Amino acid sequence: MTTASSKHWIGALVVLLVLCALPFLVSDYHTFQLTLVLVYAIALLGLNILTGYNGQISLGHGAFYAIGAYVAAVMMDKFGLPYWLTVPVAGVVCLAAGFLFGLPALRLEGLYLALATFALGVSMPQLLKYKHLEEWTGGVQGITILKPDPPFDLPVNQDQWLYFFTLAVAIVMFLLGWNLLRGRVGRSLIAIRDQPIAAEVMGVNNALYKSLAFGVSAMYTGIAGALGAIAVQFVAPDSFNIFLSIYFLVGIVIGGLASIPGAIYGAIFIQIVPNIADQISKAAPWAIYGVFMIGFMYLMPTGVAGAIRIAWARVRHRSQSRGKRQ
Amino acid sequence: MDAFLNQVFAGLATGGIYASVALALVMIYQATHHVNFAQGEIAMFSTYLAWTMIDAGMPYWPAFFFTIVISFVLGVLIERIIVRPVERAPVLSVVVVFIGLLVIFNSLAGWIYTYTIKVFPSPFPTEPVHLGSHLFSSHQIGAIGVTLVVLTLLFAFFRYTPLGLAMRAAAQNPDSSRLVGIRVGWMLALGWGLAAAIGAVAGMMVAPSVYLDPNMMSGILLYAFAAALVGGIDSPGGAVFGGFLVGVLENLLGAYVIGNELKLSVALVLIIGVLVIRPSGLFGKIHVTRV
Amino acid sequence: MSTKQLLVSAAIVGLALGTSAAVAQKKYDVGASDTEIKIGNIMPYSGPASAYGTIGKAEAAYFKKINDEGGINGRKINFISVDDGYSPPKAVEMARRLVEQDQVLLIFQSLGTPSNSAIHKYMNAKKVPQLFVATGATKWNDPKKFPWTMGWQPNYQTEAWIYAKHILQTKPDAKIAVLYQNDDYGKDYLKGFEDGLGAKAKKMIVAKASYETSDPTVDSQIVQMQGSGANVFFNITTPKFAAQAIRKAYDIGWKPVQYLNNVSASIGSVLVPAGLEKSVGIITTQYLKDPLDDRWKHEKGMENWYAFMAKYYPDGNLKDASNVFGYAVAQTLVQVLKQCGDNLTRANVMKQAANLKDFQPGVILPGININTSPTDFAPIEAEQLVRFNGKEYVPSAEIVSK
Repeated sequence: MTTASSKHWIGALVVLLVLCALPFLVSDYHTFQLTLVLVYAIALLGLNILTGYNGQISLGHGAFYAIGAYVAAVMMDKFGLPYWLTVPVAGVVCLAAGFLFGLPALRLEGLYLALATFALGVSMPQLLKYKHLEEWTGGVQGITILKPDPPFDLPVNQDQWLYFFTLAVAIVMFLLGWNLLRGRVGRSLIAIRDQPIAAEVMGVNNALYKSLAFGVSAMYTGIAGALGAIAVQFVAPDSFNIFLSIYFLVGIVIGGLASIPGAIYGAIFIQIVPNIADQISKAAPWAIYGVFMIGFMYLMPTGVAGAIRIAWARVRHRSQSRGKRQ
Repeated sequence: MDAFLNQVFAGLATGGIYASVALALVMIYQATHHVNFAQGEIAMFSTYLAWTMIDAGMPYWPAFFFTIVISFVLGVLIERIIVRPVERAPVLSVVVVFIGLLVIFNSLAGWIYTYTIKVFPSPFPTEPVHLGSHLFSSHQIGAIGVTLVVLTLLFAFFRYTPLGLAMRAAAQNPDSSRLVGIRVGWMLALGWGLAAAIGAVAGMMVAPSVYLDPNMMSGILLYAFAAALVGGIDSPGGAVFGGFLVGVLENLLGAYVIGNELKLSVALVLIIGVLVIRPSGLFGKIHVTRV
Repeated sequence: MSTKQLLVSAAIVGLALGTSAAVAQKKYDVGASDTEIKIGNIMPYSGPASAYGTIGKAEAAYFKKINDEGGINGRKINFISVDDGYSPPKAVEMARRLVEQDQVLLIFQSLGTPSNSAIHKYMNAKKVPQLFVATGATKWNDPKKFPWTMGWQPNYQTEAWIYAKHILQTKPDAKIAVLYQNDDYGKDYLKGFEDGLGAKAKKMIVAKASYETSDPTVDSQIVQMQGSGANVFFNITTPKFAAQAIRKAYDIGWKPVQYLNNVSASIGSVLVPAGLEKSVGIITTQYLKDPLDDRWKHEKGMENWYAFMAKYYPDGNLKDASNVFGYAVAQTLVQVLKQCGDNLTRANVMKQAANLKDFQPGVILPGININTSPTDFAPIEAEQLVRFNGKEYVPSAEIVSK
């Protein structure tokens, strides 16, 4: 993983310009959907750090998303704090929560860790409905929050402002993640995933890195949760059931494990495909969604990012061999 | 004391449900080293097939046996056609395929049979059994009995038959197994078939107690998963024990300790606690890896 | 004034009147036109509440019938129904899609308290009618703060209040056990019940047990409640769990006086699976005619419903009261739209919805009518207390309303 070439930076700039132009070209509803895609992309990057790069399966990341969302909602509704403050606070809270969860989880491997995280994901709605916490969480009724207005009287509407805010946070989080993963930390995480014993012998502090991985991944998902809550303007315990966690996992696998752009592909999949499935079949839309899932796994077992990598390598190989022949 | 015993017995009854589904999960794990998340939904679908036959007039026991046979074939077909192409893919990709299957079966059942609950008959007599002052549903006792019979058959199959040994070998070490002449592909298919058949039995035992609807198995699967792991994912006896343990624990927690609102969370925390202390489950084999 | 001048002025006045009349005749908001009326609908066709999806299908079938008969004032209904899987964020997304992309005139019968809570503020901010929501939560009757939202069915708190008052009248020293679903709907009923019992609530309620929709059974909770020594049982459950509760209570020999919430009062979907002999004595309220009730077997309103189901929704379950429900609400909407005439603005839709006088869709119990006014956004407020005798519901008291 060397430093990116100038070609990469130009490509990234072009993408950025397109992303900035989008909300002015499409309707508010589509802008809202794009905002959700960005939110899921951040969440999936978080999960990917843990599961893709570090090999710890989590079937419960929906719980961290929920914690982030509720932190944002409670801060805005009960304490009247500004929306932009909720994002870093949600991040810090989830960093701590993830780290604390990761510590006892150190003893668990594979399936057993999956169960533990599954349990976390399943219990979160019940915990949020708990009557002694009702004063803070709003109980089963949930909490409604107001969409923020654009600051400094910028000539954009609420949906567009929220999109740009989310985009900014997403860019920061992705840059942070990219920096983290291409350096020593990333290599240590991957080493722990592939050869934990060798890694320990080589001086990597497995326990610390694994718990940190949990914490950081929870932080990402928590930030996504806060942004998601602000976009949807409503949080309720039943919004964060186990299927949210399961779809996050589906998202990173389909997007591509251990891949940063994979998070984006996965986010597009889990946001768009259910809508497409609904158009195809009113009677059994989830069956169509399942077929899409299985189809993607047949065609691209290493995810969309993996397939692109393979295709790219093939193209380069062909052009190289052509070059050689000449 | 009376109420306490009632809760324990109610817990054993629901525990029986978890135990039977946990057995199917263990079966498929032993045969393929994968946990099939779609197991519950396939079992539910099999139960609907049985219901269709009974509704059309077939008597119970023929429908019961036909369903087991059809489920077996269904399991084999799923393995050959759907799971085979992704055999070599990374573990998580296979998990996504399972989740896809889960969603497909659930949705299909809802579409074909609608979401209104259906009554599924029980082969056991309807009069309750009296033990002292406690009333037991004959069906629940019968269902526990069936689970124990299946457990014994499964245990004997894996322990004492060459086929069972071949299956375990194929799952644990496919390459070496091939060298010894074991048809690994067919072992996997067989494993799936047997798991589907066990799942069908579980479904048909569960449905009379909880009513048949497409979402029948979703709640049960979590508990069955927990039960299988707490007992040790490679131990059928452990899975059954785990099932009863989870059932009783859940009931007692709900009634006496924490109230129904948190019993799920607390039960799961306790199970994870057990796993932290004994990471391979209560009766599971501890895996030693060579460095 | 000469005759010519008189004629000219008359012509001008006549033209002016004619033009203004023509201008005043047809007013449309987005979603309505000369040929169609676009109606949006959000239903849980998948997920934990998918059993209610049949309501959306029954409504779609009814609108098809109306279209076949010529539509409403010559306009066809374009019914766009989408799935939210009972998930609030999905409901928000679907509502935005229907309003901003599909450009519907109004959203009708969105189902589920959490989903409707999620879109409540949005609909009112956008000034789009959130009409006849399919939930009995009490908060939909608030014309001052939320003038664009209206419920339809009798609200849960009122129903529970009726049960509480009945208990206070007939069994003032009762020991009550309550089983409730741990969500908005269950807690709404519980609140109404406790309010109805007033100061005696703490003393009379000896056991309260909750369950989640992900629980496989409620057997443990029933055993708990029997152990509390209660002799009255308030059963706040959705159909599957209601059937389980009724059967389990009977099987363990617990015979309390049982009050069942109207949500699960369908004979075909709940009492039959539970066992008719095990359901004898159950008290509930009704406002719709149950298809399995012999009283209505040869009654005109019900016969129309059977004919409608046979022709337009043959896959629908004839024993499921949800299909009667869908039919009745759809008729109410058609009535509102008819009253709008050619003025199909959103404001007028709400105005006409708040202007229903003694409307009877034919499948509501005789004596109960639909009435609304600008200060009363609760179309149905009266219910009848009934008792199940093993075969059908028998009225056990006068029609009550709060």
